[in-house]
Amino acid sequence: MSDYVFMDDRRYARSHEWAKVEGDIATVGISDYAQHSLSDVVYVELPEVGATVEKGEAVAVVESVKAAEDVYAPLSGEIVEVNEELPDNPEWVNEDPYGKGWFFKIKMSNPAEYDELLDVEAYKKVVAEEEG
Amino acid sequence: MNKTRLYEKHVAMGGRMIEFAGWLLPVQYPTGPIAEHHAVRTAAGLFDIDHMGQFMVHGPDALPFLQRVMTWDIATLEPDDAHYSLMCYDDGTVVDDVFVYRRDGDYMVVVNAANRKKDLRWMVQQAKGFDVQVTDVSDETYMLALQGPKAEEILQRVTDVDLSQVKRFSAVAARVGGILTLIGRTGYTGEDGFELFFSADEAEHMWDLLLETGKEDGLLPCGLAARDSLRFEACFPLYGHEIHAEIDPISARLGYFVRTEKGPFLGRNALLKIRLEGPKQKLVGLEMLDRGVPREGYPVLIGGEERGHVTTGMKSPTLNKFLALAYVPTEYSKIGTEVEVLIHGKPKKAVVVKTPFYVPVYRR
Repeated sequence: MSDYVFMDDRRYARSHEWAKVEGDIATVGISDYAQHSLSDVVYVELPEVGATVEKGEAVAVVESVKAAEDVYAPLSGEIVEVNEELPDNPEWVNEDPYGKGWFFKIKMSNPAEYDELLDVEAYKKVVAEEEG
Repeated sequence: MNKTRLYEKHVAMGGRMIEFAGWLLPVQYPTGPIAEHHAVRTAAGLFDIDHMGQFMVHGPDALPFLQRVMTWDIATLEPDDAHYSLMCYDDGTVVDDVFVYRRDGDYMVVVNAANRKKDLRWMVQQAKGFDVQVTDVSDETYMLALQGPKAEEILQRVTDVDLSQVKRFSAVAARVGGILTLIGRTGYTGEDGFELFFSADEAEHMWDLLLETGKEDGLLPCGLAARDSLRFEACFPLYGHEIHAEIDPISARLGYFVRTEKGPFLGRNALLKIRLEGPKQKLVGLEMLDRGVPREGYPVLIGGEERGHVTTGMKSPTLNKFLALAYVPTEYSKIGTEVEVLIHGKPKKAVVVKTPFYVPVYRR
């Protein structure tokens, strides 16, 4: 399973979002495997700040040269911040998916949901299965 | 599923293989489709387009037969010329769009992969009463495209003909690295460049030779995604998208290639009528005013109602704008008309703009 970067300081959803928690705020983006599969990202559509989102809800869109994919909220809560520079710099999703390419921050309403997400080893298995 | 003779090479180079018109082809290489696109605009790109079909049209009636099935006036082709044309059904809708190469007494017709079998059936059927043979030579003929401002310089290093003497839309028989090749100064990118026809047994040899020769010039192997974004910027139609069996070339704004004055041909009466009455819808270029990526099939709204649809749309790598080709009712096809495109359920503002988005270099 090749060269994808995985970070062990965060957890993952099966749909390839990552969430990194500080206090009750979770920063969300998509994994290196996801950005690689999408290939060149040309556009992102972000949620509204203040929106209340449910775990599993489609809240953002990431568009590559060939496809538009939903980004799902990995956790429930309120959107408290979005990466406002990202729509002007969509290539950051490819270049730095775990850093500058973050999408939004959620103030968690149910922090227990974080523990239900996949840890890095479990997520690696998901990617390995998808890769076949 | 068909594999080209370069399949193993594409995989070894990290090409992402997808199905296209019954063929497994690379949609991109590890450099990514945007880098590949820019390589063709600024240096050069090499495309495996062996999925394209080639038919030889041979016999005393080759010209009258082609005049019957083609909308272009094939009689205007000089001995080494190549020209774009459409083939239409009686009702004026499109069988396929093709390139016709005149070669000595014969003609070669290059057709879309998806239409190869259909086109052959159609042409053989229409050949009744003509002393002509239509032969599908696609399996033994390989086709590569070398495109971009550096294409001539690269190809010149490995061929024995003076390419500066080969004008746009003509072809010459030559040796490329010793391989007998028909070099056409044609392409589907809006750049200068060449399409090469040669024996399928030489595919790997030719591919390696050109990649190696162009390396120092920034030549990249390119996949289907770059091929699509390049042709889109130049507003070249793609069969199954801008044109198909339910649309006529006048509506698709390809009327230039419909030479009704040349005499009878298939679809002429229907096309004359459409020309006289004016098409009900037209293909236009749209530029997004609101942000969003317009994509094929998305509705075009006028006054909040669905009145058209996007045929191809994307973020243009060269122009860095969100652009689309779309069908709209003729009365809304004027440049400057504001419409909306429904993107992910939300209406987003767009405006009708001039096409092509990117004027091919050889037309400037």
